[in-house]
Amino acid sequence: MTEATEAQDLTAFDIDGKEPIIKYRNVSKSFGDNEVLKGIDFDLYPGERVAIIGPSGSGKTTLARLLMTLETPSEGTIEVDGRHLWHKEVNGKLVPADEKHLHKIRGDIGMVFQHFNLFPHMSILRNCIEAPIKVLGLSKKEAVERAKKMLDKVGMLEKADDYPASLSGGQQQRVAIARALVMRPKVMLFDEPTSALDPETVGEVLNVIKDIAKQGDMSMMLITHEMSFARDVADRVCFFDEGRIQEQGPPSKLFAHPETERLRDFLKSFHMNGNGE
Amino acid sequence: MAWDWNFTLNEVVPELLNVIHVTIMATLGAFALAVVLGLVLALGCRSNKKWISWPTRGVVEFIRLTPPLVQLFFIFFVFPHLFGLTLKPMVAGILGLGIHYSTYLSEVYRAGIESVPKGQWEAAIALNFSPLQKWKSVILPQAIRPIIPVMGNYLIVLFKETPLLAAIGLMELLGQAKSIGSVTFRYLEPITMVGIIFLILSYTASLLVKRLEWKLDLNGK
Amino acid sequence: MIPIDVVSQVLPLLQEGFIVTIQLVIIAGILSFVMSFVGGLARLSRFAPLRWVSGFLIEFFRGTSLLVQLFWFYYALPLLGVTLPTGLVGIVALTLNYGSYGSEIVRSSILAVPKGQAEAGIALNMTRFQRMKSIILPQAFRIMLPSFGNLMIELLKGTALVSLITIQDMTFYITQARNTIGHDTLLFSMLLVAYFIIGYVITLVFRWLERKFSAGRV
Repeated sequence: MTEATEAQDLTAFDIDGKEPIIKYRNVSKSFGDNEVLKGIDFDLYPGERVAIIGPSGSGKTTLARLLMTLETPSEGTIEVDGRHLWHKEVNGKLVPADEKHLHKIRGDIGMVFQHFNLFPHMSILRNCIEAPIKVLGLSKKEAVERAKKMLDKVGMLEKADDYPASLSGGQQQRVAIARALVMRPKVMLFDEPTSALDPETVGEVLNVIKDIAKQGDMSMMLITHEMSFARDVADRVCFFDEGRIQEQGPPSKLFAHPETERLRDFLKSFHMNGNGE
Repeated sequence: MAWDWNFTLNEVVPELLNVIHVTIMATLGAFALAVVLGLVLALGCRSNKKWISWPTRGVVEFIRLTPPLVQLFFIFFVFPHLFGLTLKPMVAGILGLGIHYSTYLSEVYRAGIESVPKGQWEAAIALNFSPLQKWKSVILPQAIRPIIPVMGNYLIVLFKETPLLAAIGLMELLGQAKSIGSVTFRYLEPITMVGIIFLILSYTASLLVKRLEWKLDLNGK
Repeated sequence: MIPIDVVSQVLPLLQEGFIVTIQLVIIAGILSFVMSFVGGLARLSRFAPLRWVSGFLIEFFRGTSLLVQLFWFYYALPLLGVTLPTGLVGIVALTLNYGSYGSEIVRSSILAVPKGQAEAGIALNMTRFQRMKSIILPQAFRIMLPSFGNLMIELLKGTALVSLITIQDMTFYITQARNTIGHDTLLFSMLLVAYFIIGYVITLVFRWLERKFSAGRV
């Protein structure tokens, strides 16, 4: 049981008797000569919320994009709920997955992007019902019901008939969160959801994410530069630098007693900029 | 009737190469006219004086919306009546294509002029340049550089339009091919070879333009 | 002074040709539009040989000049044993030429849709086909509309060339009429105005389409 105890030490989340829903094993990713992820092992438990912090270019966004199938790993495997994401088992051997296989697995994953990526040619409501109807096969009525509930949750219901271009960045991001939630993923990825926002709208988006984190039993991977937000929401914080997890642990421990020099320097830069505390 | 290589290589190709300079002259002449007239039209369109800008825009629109072939006929057949001067096919061709493409180039100039940042215009005023000095030393040098590749593309488009001139009797590539055909009753080889010559020249030219674009981009900033 | 009797003599001829010109614009226009999408999507295919073949054909038809193609189909193709009705020759050549230009419009417009849009579609687990149909193409379509407007103007002007292979469009009738009636100035002026009117209507139609497809959005 030592392995399990070790894992439990790293997070404030109760993982007793649970199997990870996401398993990265020895995952590497290179763009040309540039190796942005170097043999990552990473687990995420069902219902656990992990904040990923680290300087830009440290590979944390790539980690999420590999899980969302937006990038192909150069090496290693990723499992989602016990099934390989990037590989198929054929006669006991692992072969690269095809589009059909990816389609089957990635339904468990949802993502919120830094630049929202709302569909500009669709109304807010349409943005939220397009995939439920086409991908999940819901009737229009069901989809609208679900979408309206989620839009209400993020406080955007009254804008349902507007188009994205007429909304502020914070409002667009709230809609993007609702759009992802309507699909009911088991794991939600937030890729720097507030980095492209005006400072005055950052708060509204963080509050929406906090609410979701409190209510649901969804696993969350939060890539963020908002340290206090990470401390409030996360069960575990992972510090990424130079393509590796340099240090991880429950926020109370990691922020109060950083063990590595790198993390101390990184946190210091936030204190100095006054962004975190 | 099968393809006759002997006929192609010994008669068609030499006779076509004999007139290739006509096509090239027409292309370059019309392009030169279009470059100059295009600038005049571009400046005319953006003049503050409505009695200049409105008619200029009307003329540009009219020329742009009507076929170059008909404009060519108009110049070739009507100019003698109107102005009493009979034009050689080459002159009429250069005028016709040059005028038609000047409306395209005026659009290109417009885009180039609008791409010059506002601060440059203000700096020219702050330095008390005269309008002519402003255009000559500040605006145009900056406006023209980024549009050179676009102009190159229009040179290629214009080149591909020159077979039209066969319609007013100019012995350029296509006219020559047709006349070979009418004498030998073999149209296959001459017209095919004209197509191939156009393909080779226009494709080569487009590669050159791409290189130019890349080069300008490289030294750009 | 405009001689009324000449005008009344020419108008019926112009009208005959007008119908042919309009038919050419509409038929070749629709076919070019279809070919543009087939060609543009083929050039972006995941299947490499399809990309090469479509790329080669598009460059070929763009590089060889419309009139040369018309003449080739009209004079040279019959010598290879294939004789097409003259009207069909016109439509085929116009379609291949403007469809090739249109393919480039479709291709570049699809590439102009920001990458994040396709990524959002993936994150919502849409299939490749669903992403293309409900996310990429609707946005690309707005981008390509102005270019297609210009292409239709080019097509209209290109139709005049078919008169040189004896298709009886407006230009054909007028060039024939000048041999018997004379009055070059009047005849060609009327012809130019007729083209201008059609071209202007095309411009208005596309302006209306652009407004329609941008309704409700910024």
